[in-house]
Amino acid sequence: MKKLIAASLLGLGLTVSAGALAEPVKVGMITTLSGGGSGLGVDVRDGFMLAAKMAGNKDLEVIVEDDARKPDLAVQIADKMIQKEKVDVLTGIIWSNLAMAVVPSAVGQGVFYLSPNAGPSMLAGKGCHENYFNVAWQNDNLHEAMGGHANSAGFKKTFILAPNYPAGKDALTGFKRFYEGDVADELYTKLGQTDYAAEIAQIRASGADSVFFFLPGGMGIAFMKQYAQSGVDIPVMGPAFSFDQGILGAVGEAALGVKNSSQWSKDIDNPANKAFVEAFQAEYGRLPSLYASQGFDTANLILSAMQKADVKDADAFRAALKEADFDSVRGDFKFDSNQHPIQDIYVREVIKEGDVLTNKIIGVGLEDRSSAYVGDCKL
Amino acid sequence: MSRETVINWALALGLLAVPFLALMQGEPFYITLATRVAILALAGVGLNLALGLGGMVSFGHAAFFGLGGYAAGILATHAFNQEPLFAWPFMVSGSNDMLLIWLVAIVLSAVVAFLIGLIALRTSGVYFIMITLAFAQMIYYFAISWPAYGGEDGLSIYVRNGFPELNTLDPIQFFLICYVVLMACLFISARLRDSRFGAALQVARQNPERLAATGIAPFNIRLVAFVISAAMTGLAGALFADLNRFVSPSMLSWHVSGEIMIFVILGGVGRLFGPLAGAALFIVMEFYLGGITEHWQFFLGIILLCVVLFVRGGILGILAGRRVHG
Amino acid sequence: MTLALFIEQLLNGIQFGVMLFLMAAGLTLVFGVMGLINLAHGSLYMIGAFLCATVALATGSFWLGLVASLAGAAAAGAIVEIVVIRRLYDRDHLDQVLATFALILIFSEGTRWVFGSFPLYLDIPAALQGAVSLPGGAQYPLYRLSIIVVGVLIAFGLYLLISRTRLGMRIRAGESDREMIGALGVDIRTLYTVVFALGAALAGLAGALVGAIQSVQVGMGEPVLILAFVVIVIGGIGSIKGALIGAILVGVVDTLGRILLPNFFELFMGPSQATSVGSALASMAIYILMAIILAVKPQGLFAAGSQ
Repeated sequence: MKKLIAASLLGLGLTVSAGALAEPVKVGMITTLSGGGSGLGVDVRDGFMLAAKMAGNKDLEVIVEDDARKPDLAVQIADKMIQKEKVDVLTGIIWSNLAMAVVPSAVGQGVFYLSPNAGPSMLAGKGCHENYFNVAWQNDNLHEAMGGHANSAGFKKTFILAPNYPAGKDALTGFKRFYEGDVADELYTKLGQTDYAAEIAQIRASGADSVFFFLPGGMGIAFMKQYAQSGVDIPVMGPAFSFDQGILGAVGEAALGVKNSSQWSKDIDNPANKAFVEAFQAEYGRLPSLYASQGFDTANLILSAMQKADVKDADAFRAALKEADFDSVRGDFKFDSNQHPIQDIYVREVIKEGDVLTNKIIGVGLEDRSSAYVGDCKL
Repeated sequence: MSRETVINWALALGLLAVPFLALMQGEPFYITLATRVAILALAGVGLNLALGLGGMVSFGHAAFFGLGGYAAGILATHAFNQEPLFAWPFMVSGSNDMLLIWLVAIVLSAVVAFLIGLIALRTSGVYFIMITLAFAQMIYYFAISWPAYGGEDGLSIYVRNGFPELNTLDPIQFFLICYVVLMACLFISARLRDSRFGAALQVARQNPERLAATGIAPFNIRLVAFVISAAMTGLAGALFADLNRFVSPSMLSWHVSGEIMIFVILGGVGRLFGPLAGAALFIVMEFYLGGITEHWQFFLGIILLCVVLFVRGGILGILAGRRVHG
Repeated sequence: MTLALFIEQLLNGIQFGVMLFLMAAGLTLVFGVMGLINLAHGSLYMIGAFLCATVALATGSFWLGLVASLAGAAAAGAIVEIVVIRRLYDRDHLDQVLATFALILIFSEGTRWVFGSFPLYLDIPAALQGAVSLPGGAQYPLYRLSIIVVGVLIAFGLYLLISRTRLGMRIRAGESDREMIGALGVDIRTLYTVVFALGAALAGLAGALVGAIQSVQVGMGEPVLILAFVVIVIGGIGSIKGALIGAILVGVVDTLGRILLPNFFELFMGPSQATSVGSALASMAIYILMAIILAVKPQGLFAAGSQ
């Protein structure tokens, strides 16, 4: 693997070895490898590469490039990969705004796009496309599951907050879609805000019995640390993003006991997941994250389609992708008509295994969940 | 012909040649890259007018770049959905006609620049740098949180806007449109520089008291230059939106202001073709370094640092030598 | 809103302002003395946080980490000054902006190269855990109160340093007349290095203190850098007093804006629309404040010296 990492660090094309039939498939991965938020891109890439290595199919060629989280750079790299490198499949984008910049024009140029992370509502509904597949979730899914969990946990008055941008609004809408209790207050914070003292004071004063928050990246780390120090003891919950493996170490003990929703967890009991978790640790020396699992599934989906169809025959390859005939680390996985997953969304709790903070599944938030926008999609 | 003129011609013809060579080689991607250079150079030409000629170090030109982009994005979206932009007090519908979009982008940027300039030009030095940054940040946060046009997710332009008699979806034709616009703006810049207005602007930079003594208010001269400068950058923004078929608040971020400034400085401040040379070098570096290592920003930083420290006067400074006049 | 809550929020605003002051003090000092715009100040803040987190993790002591961040950031500042910054003093602001912009790229990517892509863990020391009761019944985190105390001490320390010591005398002389001080036989190169290192150490300290309650990650310096610039521009560049007052003004306006604006708009419109408009306006509030102040006083509130 050392070699494999070295090759991908060089950014140049790298070919994964061993034998199979079919036409070679060239995959272009555009992901965030530098600057803030690069941990997510690194995980998606590592998960993807691990699956490719484990399959040992030398007909899968992968090119990786860094978008530095800039939409215009992502568009430029996509154009380069399509027009110059002639890739068949694009994947890798982490952020919804980058996906919205790249996906419509990429699928318009005839390549396939498989999303390993972002799932903006537009692409699940009105803007769905026959060449666009989402292998992660629609953006609302994890929040919806937390709404379901809040009901079963018996919360009656929840304080909800998220950053003031589209994904934040979708998050709170998603939570409220299934939540039956009252909302104590609804708060939109500044994107990139790092100090939450004022919001925490409002939470304390609100008389809420629970808090739901969606604050991805550093915002969530800051919020959780400050919340733990504030002396407020109202239970907190949120989507997996603030409690996943890559970030838990930075949140620290403040996260212990927090319930969070995820479509994957390292303790899901199936052979594919066991093999994935073990191989990932052996290869990279750290526990896999949600994002790594999504990268891993994305690669396996491509590999499964390669077994069935020639990528140059777009209709056959699309049909093969749509069958989703691979062993997902999440267990059951199939596509709905809008080519977004139908899957169980679990509720996990942050626990300590020895010295390491990690998650344990404690229940299912929503079973066989598709997405709210599937009706708007004309596929 | 002076050495600088020769180099200018070489730059102009070189950029024009790239897409045709690319086409011959069967590498259409380089046409896109050349188009990107042309558009970003145009943004730099706009800034160069304020910065090079007028000495106004604007750290907020991303505001105009983004506004131009949003003008294109919003009009195109309304045209695509066939919804009027607003129905009262009179009906305004969307449009996917580039000429109209350009006009809107120019007017919008100019009006905003006029308002910003009224306040910002009362300050000078670092204060001016920072107040322009502050205004750009204001618009940036507004765009992120304004839900009607996508907020942070941005706005996709599903079909590139059209130009009479041309097929803008053809990369070469779209490149030529951008190229002609760039050359036109360079020509306007050159004419402005050599005009009485340009002379007054340079005096306003070097010796405002002397200008005031001749009965011309330096403030007004600067304001006009700032507005023209913003309008050109806004036009570039509209083209950039069409190139990417996408606009988002990231066009308004302070990094973009910094990058536009880099084009100008890298090429040579106040040099007519400086922004073109700078943008070309920057894009090529970004493109190749990004393909070599994921740590490309580290090396980009080192190269930029060396240019500032050791290559005074930018690329055109090395190639064309020191300027004769001060 | 009850009075107790309002007072708590006011305290939050002041505390946020003090955090900004730690960052702004170094920035304004460097500008006042050397006339240099240093965009890379946020990188020194980041370095402070990363060093503190690394040392705290290795030794288990936050305090050792704090020492490391001070020393490390000062050392990094001195090196950067000697290698790069000193070539920029006689350049115009444009070159300074570009060179220090390049330094941001180098520091951010370099930090990621060394420390990896994942955020680091840094917790507050055990002695400062928990919350204390305020008069009126509200709870307030002890650590945040400590930050206010540290900020006030540093403001006072800087005041003493500048008004009472030989170094301070030279700094003041450097602010008012750069050629003169060289002619007086003061080793100006060393003075500049010392001042820059001092500014860097302050940034590093701020990074470490704030890192303990926020996220230690690449790019953490940029948002706070822009806020710090807003602060020093409002306060008048070069003025420590201006930086303190500007910082508290920005902290209070930002905090109260976030709380009050959505409530305010609820008086005229539906709750969801009010939240949306109010939040949008709140995120623009400090920039609006800055524009208003500069429109009235183009040199900031406490313009220092010539610039």
